[in-house]
Amino acid sequence: MIETILTIVLAIISLMAAVYAVLTKKTLNAIIASGIISLLASIMFLLVSAPDVAMTEAAIGSGLTTVVFLYALKHIKDRRSTHDD
Amino acid sequence: MDSITAIIFNTAFYVLMAAMALAFVRFIKGPTSADRVVAFDIMTIAGISVIVFISVIAQRVIYLDVAMVYALLSFLGVIAVARYLEGGL
Amino acid sequence: MQLIGAVISLLGAIIIFIGALGAFRMPDVYNRMQTGTKATTLGSMLAFLGVGIAVPGWIGKIVLLVLFIIITNPISSHALARAAHYSGIKLTEKSVRDNLEEDYPDEVDND
Repeated sequence: MIETILTIVLAIISLMAAVYAVLTKKTLNAIIASGIISLLASIMFLLVSAPDVAMTEAAIGSGLTTVVFLYALKHIKDRRSTHDD
Repeated sequence: MDSITAIIFNTAFYVLMAAMALAFVRFIKGPTSADRVVAFDIMTIAGISVIVFISVIAQRVIYLDVAMVYALLSFLGVIAVARYLEGGL
Repeated sequence: MQLIGAVISLLGAIIIFIGALGAFRMPDVYNRMQTGTKATTLGSMLAFLGVGIAVPGWIGKIVLLVLFIIITNPISSHALARAAHYSGIKLTEKSVRDNLEEDYPDEVDND
């Protein structure tokens, strides 16, 4: 019972975060929204009793993907500002 | 685990879900990017607590490792966003 | 013993909810940051310790988890507040004074 309600709430919040990540103007907000989606997906993997998949999702989605996206965004902004001058 | 304890843990589940929904409303509304990172931090803490409660209800100790990995790596994400806002990274 | 642990966990969950409510209602970034970090740190510590009391065999991992939270959460809040101040986000109108602005007036808003 509690697992069903928790899965429904997490799925609704995850869907709203995905729609927000598509509709937003700033790329940084979309990166943070992808972090939230990774957190909720990790809890949903745990609810269907797959702890190893949840651990991998936590490591890749929250740690590695955010840092790599921010690094790429920083380099894109630097490249664009030097080409404009 | 008897029934009163299970009822109290289920109530804690509902309270944490309400906290997560409130933080997500702040994530949608927040005018600057720092507001969104604060909301993400609160949602991470609530999510770690949800994972710990799931491990109590399911009676499996392996779920606590997921909470530990998440507690360390969400810190890395918030630090990366803070360095990006400051102009470093 | 399980009942005491469950009540302490429920108290921690309620404190996390109060922290989220403060982050929802506070007027600017810095107030949201302080209520969202202090209250959630206390609430998560209480929730984890309640679980450790309810299931006594897990107390080692619970203490390690509380140690992680107690180290990482104030550091991330501090870095975020510093980044928000240096990227030029204004305080609310009801604020009285800004000591960091007085100490380093030329480092603010250079982006």
